[in-house]
Amino acid sequence: MTDSISRETIDSKDIDPEFVDEIVKAGADRIRTCIQCGTCSSVCPSGRRTAFRTRELMRKALLGLKDEVLSSHDLWLCATCYTCLERCPRQIKVTDAIIIMRNMAVDHGFMLPEHRKASQKLLSTGHAVPIDDANREMRKDLGLEELPPTTHSNRKALDQVQEIMKRTGFKDLIEGEKMEGN
Amino acid sequence: MTEAQTYSFFLGCVMPNRFPNLEASIRKVLPKLGVQLEDLEGASCCPAPGVIRSFDEPTWLALASRNLALAEMSGHDLITGCNGCYGTFKDALAVIHEHPDRLKEVKKVFKGMGLKFDGKVEAKHVIEVISELGPDYIRERVTRPIKGIKVGVHYGCHLLKPSKNRPWEQTQKHTFLDELVEATGAESAKYKDKNLCCGAGGGVRGSQVTVSVDIAKEKLDNLIEAGVDCIVDVCSFCHLQYEESQEQLNKELGEKKYQIPVLYYTQLLGLAMGLDPTELGLDKHVVNTQPLLDKIQD
Repeated sequence: MTDSISRETIDSKDIDPEFVDEIVKAGADRIRTCIQCGTCSSVCPSGRRTAFRTRELMRKALLGLKDEVLSSHDLWLCATCYTCLERCPRQIKVTDAIIIMRNMAVDHGFMLPEHRKASQKLLSTGHAVPIDDANREMRKDLGLEELPPTTHSNRKALDQVQEIMKRTGFKDLIEGEKMEGN
Repeated sequence: MTEAQTYSFFLGCVMPNRFPNLEASIRKVLPKLGVQLEDLEGASCCPAPGVIRSFDEPTWLALASRNLALAEMSGHDLITGCNGCYGTFKDALAVIHEHPDRLKEVKKVFKGMGLKFDGKVEAKHVIEVISELGPDYIRERVTRPIKGIKVGVHYGCHLLKPSKNRPWEQTQKHTFLDELVEATGAESAKYKDKNLCCGAGGGVRGSQVTVSVDIAKEKLDNLIEAGVDCIVDVCSFCHLQYEESQEQLNKELGEKKYQIPVLYYTQLLGLAMGLDPTELGLDKHVVNTQPLLDKIQD
């Protein structure tokens, strides 16, 4: 029998102590002040109807459960309405933290197939939602130009947009090997 | 930075490519308010704040900066009618103003492309410019007041938040859009959870459509409960969400429960200024607007 309290150390290979540092560095600078009050979960429109819990996501990020967070579907249930960010009593940029973790997820090859498709459309047309035949007709009916005055009707502009996405690495990110089989 | 009231009109994706009727209504109505629009030739996707920013923030910042640079080079501030695009431009400008190294990074990407960009341009929302003119200015231009119509006003999220980087009064109960709707003669109805998100943003509509439509359904049910005659929005993506979700919900239900006409603010205002419904593209909606038009004419 001992009168001292035994020390329990969470020692797991699942914990990456640098994960939260990366999130802080990318801009969610107050995330460590989280008191797990649950305001973020209580105001979340996605959380109202799914098992997505913003508070849990924040806790896992703080614990450094990097792989679990980055591979999680929940990360993609946030509609980025910013209500949690507005209401957080610790002024944590919750939505920004989610966007930062999403960037990390994509960088690690975790991307939903629909999101990859939208990115490919952006790469090929300059629009994530490009024109289609029905809307060409509707534009004409309305007395508008059949194609909007965007990259859709300007080859040079599209070339420039595509060159930018090459230079930032977006083309490789979306079409590269990391994304294969996803 | 520019002469009064000429803007570079940024279209985005959803407005010109899915709901060109909204674009037509903005092009018709704004000049009648003394606001001139110039096309922003060669613009791209803003790019979308919830998706592209979520995938690769530096790409988002570079493409947003290119669109802003096109406006800056034209000598006019940028104007957009989509909350998502507005969010992208306001937030990209904030990044650039707060972190000069990020502007340097963008300029490096632009090297040799002939793009001049110093982050001095401003980005405005169509409803921001109209609200600067004010409800009295609108009221004076109304020739056919929209009488006897209850409107469910939907602000949308990125128009208002993050509030730190938006021009509005610091409150969680905004009234500027309600006042502009009421300036047309219509009544802005009270309804439950008015500030609830439409559910489309953040890539949720794109990838998890069941969750997305269920968020829209909650609001639509609240609007039906309040007995509104139409929804008025100021965002092409919220607009897409309410138009298309009603059709999807009706299909699932096998009955036409969801039939609330969805109008963009400049469509409502255009009607009140005596424009023809066809000119405003009101015959090109997913949800039939005729019952509303009939009620207005009574």
